[in-house]
Amino acid sequence: MDTASAPPLAAPLDIAFDYTRSLGPVLGRFMTGLRDRRVLGARTADGRVHVPPLEYDPATHTPITELVPVSPTGTVTSWTWTDRPLDGQPLDRPFGWALIRLDGADTALLHAVDAGARESMRTGMRVRVRWAAERSGDIRDIACFEPDSGPPHSPDGTTSGAPGTNGAPAAGADPATSVDPVIGIVTPIRLSYTHTASAEESRYLHALSEGRLLGQRCPACRKVYVPPRVCPADGVPTEEEVPVRDHGTVTTFCVVNVPFAGQRLEPPYVVAQVLLDGADIPIPHLIIGQAGDVRMGMRVAAVWRDRATWTTTPENIAHFRPTGEPDAPYESYQEHL
Amino acid sequence: MNPAVAVIGFAQAPCRPSAGTTSGVETLVPLFHQALSAAHLDRREVDFWCSGSSDYLAGRAFSFVNAIDAIGAYPPICESHVEMDAAWAFYEAYVKILAGEAETALVYGFGKSSAGLLRRVLALQLDPYVTAPLWPDSVSVAALQARLAIDAGVVTEQAMAEVAARSRADATTNPYAQVSGQPTVDELVATPYLADPLRAHDCAPVSDGAAALVLAAGERARRHREQPAWISGVAHRVDPQGLGERDLTTVPSATAAAEAVALPADLDVAELHAPFTHQELLLRTALGLGDRVRINPSGGALCGNPMFSAGLARIGAAAEQVMTGQARRAAGHATSGPALQQNLICVLEARS
Amino acid sequence: MRRAAVLGTGQTQHQTRRTDVSMAGLCREAIDRALADAGVDWPQIDAVVLGKAPDLFEGVMMPELFLADALGAAGRPLLRVHTAGSVGGATGVVATSLVRAGVHQRVLAVAFEKQSESNAMWALSIQPPFTAPIGAGAGGYFAPHVRAYIRRSNAPEHVGAMVAVKDRRNGALNPNAHLRQPEITLESVQASPMLWDPIRYDETCPSSDGACAIVIGDQAAAEASERPVAWIRATAMRTEPTYFAGKDHVNPRAGAEAAQALWQAAGITDPLAEVDVAEIYVPFSWFEPMWLENLGFAEAGHGWKLTESGETRIGGRLPVNPSGGVLCSNPIGASGMLRFAEAAKQVMGRAGEHQVAGAKTALGHAYGGGSQFFSMWVVSETPDS
Ligand SMILES: [Zn+2]
Repeated sequence: MDTASAPPLAAPLDIAFDYTRSLGPVLGRFMTGLRDRRVLGARTADGRVHVPPLEYDPATHTPITELVPVSPTGTVTSWTWTDRPLDGQPLDRPFGWALIRLDGADTALLHAVDAGARESMRTGMRVRVRWAAERSGDIRDIACFEPDSGPPHSPDGTTSGAPGTNGAPAAGADPATSVDPVIGIVTPIRLSYTHTASAEESRYLHALSEGRLLGQRCPACRKVYVPPRVCPADGVPTEEEVPVRDHGTVTTFCVVNVPFAGQRLEPPYVVAQVLLDGADIPIPHLIIGQAGDVRMGMRVAAVWRDRATWTTTPENIAHFRPTGEPDAPYESYQEHL
Repeated sequence: MNPAVAVIGFAQAPCRPSAGTTSGVETLVPLFHQALSAAHLDRREVDFWCSGSSDYLAGRAFSFVNAIDAIGAYPPICESHVEMDAAWAFYEAYVKILAGEAETALVYGFGKSSAGLLRRVLALQLDPYVTAPLWPDSVSVAALQARLAIDAGVVTEQAMAEVAARSRADATTNPYAQVSGQPTVDELVATPYLADPLRAHDCAPVSDGAAALVLAAGERARRHREQPAWISGVAHRVDPQGLGERDLTTVPSATAAAEAVALPADLDVAELHAPFTHQELLLRTALGLGDRVRINPSGGALCGNPMFSAGLARIGAAAEQVMTGQARRAAGHATSGPALQQNLICVLEARS
Repeated sequence: MRRAAVLGTGQTQHQTRRTDVSMAGLCREAIDRALADAGVDWPQIDAVVLGKAPDLFEGVMMPELFLADALGAAGRPLLRVHTAGSVGGATGVVATSLVRAGVHQRVLAVAFEKQSESNAMWALSIQPPFTAPIGAGAGGYFAPHVRAYIRRSNAPEHVGAMVAVKDRRNGALNPNAHLRQPEITLESVQASPMLWDPIRYDETCPSSDGACAIVIGDQAAAEASERPVAWIRATAMRTEPTYFAGKDHVNPRAGAEAAQALWQAAGITDPLAEVDVAEIYVPFSWFEPMWLENLGFAEAGHGWKLTESGETRIGGRLPVNPSGGVLCSNPIGASGMLRFAEAAKQVMGRAGEHQVAGAKTALGHAYGGGSQFFSMWVVSETPDS
């Protein structure tokens, strides 16, 4: 392959974590209410009721303490339509997003409306909460809203008409005094990216797929960088290609004995800074050999994986091993610590 | 007591649907050279560097750290970073010069908006307890604002299309623009909705890009640039986020910022950072811009919206108007957050 | 240049998981305490500057946006600073510049991290494509540099443990500290597990939820204060790249140059003699002697001697981290601001049980990234030297 003209390499980068959020007193009572099929609003000093609740009064800056029930029915104040729902959104079929002012509230909540078709959505339409079958104390306990033709509900949840399938809130204690209050929520966040490498890095990776280590020299400071990159000291791209040996010297190292989140290797293992022969900057890598025998100045060599598995990745080098040569003198690598 | 401060150089990368590395380093290197050569300044003469970017755009923590490699930051430099559009990095640098802590500064913003699904990533700017878990995307959130403005009679779909048509026509002479053309308003309003009432032309494209801008104090600015764009005022404000809490048809933070800089009525040009057509209309009202003011001769963010540098690029485009003598007085505006939550305005002028 | 002063500081009760508060509640705990300490009410605050480390830690993109109202920033200017681990300090520096530039009279600087929302080690271990899977964790990044320091300075092995004992005992004097271990001994530290050889468990910082807030005022505001203020004599920030050929990871030039600039701006010629107390960012015990050298309190290779001879204890020539420091509380984004605030508390005489007697001049220091971002300030009980 003509690696010089090959396009820069790109690959997926997926990140995922279930975030654990603690709620504090106001949001905790709000979420506890949702679990119990009640919507609570926060009342500010001016008497206004905010849904979703505010934690602090915008005018007085004091913590809000008064939560009051509002109705599960309300009025759409604005809306839009989604033909192709995205990952994580409340519905997996076309739906409307709406700002909804619940009866008894003075502000609007953003949520989804399961209206079937765009033509069913309009400003001023009446909607009601559709509760999730299983609720944990989370905004998604409101599965979505649905069009409502019944009469307005009063904030205590009673209705003058026949109850719908989701009916009135479950009877029960005020969430403020609930014996099992919700104090936290779990929010999964999963995102997919495409990570794009630079042209220099791509050439380095292509060389790796052929079992070669490629360095480049900075035209300003003349230092050889592995992998090639914009020289961080001079702010100019490295240019002249310099082959680098897969032998080098351990400048310094650390023995990792501790497990941690995101770790990909099983402790204990040794991560060392390896100054490859011909390079002016060390690379971090694993040293596997005589356990407990790794030293500053130790001479090491790359252990490549089976040639058949080589691709455009640094993982082609499994680790480094001690060569048994005499240690490099301290002076030869002290500038690289 | 404070020194006068001016913009003396600006450069931007072309806005493209997908360009450059995730780190931004390779894009920034030539950009710094262009901005510094426009300012007749050597990088070693820059007293303060300040950047704006976002880890969530790149999908990894500390993404801005790598970008510092593009500077050549050894010997060490004075440097800072905001997790905001670089327009706010511009503000930080401006303050540093005002305080007498620096005489020159280079400000830059960068981001690869195309690395993830941008409109979904931006859902993470919303309240993490009651809103973000529903993943409302940024286009839908803007659509809710647009409908409120239409229902309130503040904007019309026709007026929104007029903004798009004018922007695209202006962008035909802007080599950095991603979108341009000569559509008629009738053609535009005949297209289908993307997120009712927004059509594709109402929404900024997803753009990769970067921008860099050079600032200098008083005498230093005069020495390096024949016609510096002098900053007569910069201010910024933020509104509460709650989408159902505030009146989304007004932009109090933009109005307050305009009042703080005493935004002059006799502006020649205003470069507004409005990623959606209705937002330009809301901003014109909020800022009190009359019909005489030429809006977005660059085509604006609707024709290229590189996240975290598009706001800085508006200031840069306004400054270019002054530095090239096309305008005596120009304003650059930047926004951040959902539905125009946070706004910055900068007034630039020629001085003899 | 105009003068600026710390009018008051506030901080949370730091702990592993603050399950009792939201992010807004965490910030407000620190903010409300800072306003009370400063004797300042909301209408007097002109602007808010918020500092925080990576957004992936909380899973919120630019959290200052949703927090704007709760932070009291609505209708005001709001800036969000992110300079990696040094951000708490950088936030204080940016707020100081806003006052020194004459833009504002009183600025509220806030920094927080709610590490328990996720796991910092996870967020930092996200491996981009095309890199080798050889993550060593936060301690694994710094441990090789500690090893290099020990090799270079010939420091005796117990110095790291001595720092841990001192800081954890100091933390026991600080009611806000996350770790408070009055019973800790050299032997117990040395018996703790070796996590990232040569760094032991007891020599590492905890993972904390916490926040810090500082009210910074101009000269008029400072003079109007009924309580003592901490005058900001000088600030400094310096940056260098993470890696480059010839980088000195043990004694980074950016830190040394920031310190030189700081001492010069403050009119300090002999830091060891003229500074009464230092709050230095020490996330792993060995960084105390390393930073003592980098900051110019000791010659290169000799910092450990100050530690070993007990001079960095409360009562020594230069008490370092009387609050217990990062080794006792580490809400990452706030950790730097805590150093700045603790320095101010010392010269305001408001450090309680961990007060250094007669402290008139103090250093607050923070660093971040790969020992590449440095921010620091010097505060004094009087405006001039
Ligand atoms: Zn170089």
